[in-house]
Amino acid sequence: MSNTEASTEWPLWEVFVRSKAGLDHKHCGSLHAADAKLAIQLARDVYARRQEGISIWVVPSNQIVASDPVDKSNYFDPMEDKVYRHPTFYALPDALNHM
Amino acid sequence: MTASVHPRQDASAQYLLRLADTCLILGQRLSEWCGHAPIIEEDIALSNTALDLIGQARALLTHAGRSEAGSPLLDEDQLAFLREEREYRNVTLVELPRGDFAFTVLRNVMVASFLKLLWQRLASSSDAELAAIAGKAVKEARYHQQHAGDWVLRLAGGTDESRRRTEAGLAQLWRYTAELFEADAIDDAAAASGLGPRWSELREPWLAEMNQLLAEAQLSAPQDSAFRSTGKRGVHSEHLGHMLTEMQYLQRAFPGGVW
Repeated sequence: MSNTEASTEWPLWEVFVRSKAGLDHKHCGSLHAADAKLAIQLARDVYARRQEGISIWVVPSNQIVASDPVDKSNYFDPMEDKVYRHPTFYALPDALNHM
Repeated sequence: MTASVHPRQDASAQYLLRLADTCLILGQRLSEWCGHAPIIEEDIALSNTALDLIGQARALLTHAGRSEAGSPLLDEDQLAFLREEREYRNVTLVELPRGDFAFTVLRNVMVASFLKLLWQRLASSSDAELAAIAGKAVKEARYHQQHAGDWVLRLAGGTDESRRRTEAGLAQLWRYTAELFEADAIDDAAAASGLGPRWSELREPWLAEMNQLLAEAQLSAPQDSAFRSTGKRGVHSEHLGHMLTEMQYLQRAFPGGVW
């Protein structure tokens, strides 16, 4: 990791847990750990100790690129009145009724 | 005050109690880290390990508290909290005060490695209940060994201070490991009945695992000494009595208290 902070804190990791086969890994929190191996072990102990999962990903937090909250109004607000982007205007055959 | 209870003295009950008490007492020692570990994540990890060990102890104590015919004589709480010091059968290694973090992870890897090897053998015990307990516990022990072993590597290869503490912990702990492999009549009886292996049979594989870890950490095992601790026979260090006063206080003061 290219963390240049002159800090005694260990790097921060984001933790993703897959709750069962077929489902996606879901973000469930973060933790501090010295390296990737320890991050996985601590994620197991902190976030999967009550049978929450069957697989864990950890990602260095500083490797995540996030959208800027300042951009919220021009990134997301314009979608509000674009209902035609939802696929709700198709008549589905009965056989597909439960989609 | 509640009167003390006395467990079965036959070889198979004593064999179970050695294992049960080793888990129980190490679990109690590790629980002392709760709120004191170097970081909160490791605090949770150590508490998880403590709870795994206490869970194993509960199953074993329940089992050891039945008669040979299988009827209940003493329950897990009575055995855990109402025996006198000399009737605890844990190895002395696990009752030593918790020390610093290096001492703790070193002891954890020593015990977890031993327990893993023992649970592996017990999974084919002639005693079906013990075999079932072992089948579950071996997975926990494998993780404890991995987690603690990784810490030993980190501390040994960390700063001058962490290495110094790791070397000091190893020097303190090593001589207490010999007791694990001391042979006696209780082990012979267990081997004869198929209950479980003589603990001495685990010495070679345990040494191989420890030496591999120590080599990776660029540490070396201290020389063997003639010193033998005797906790398995009920003759303990001065530390167990103090632990028991704390462990037993509630059950002695409020007999049968539950929450």
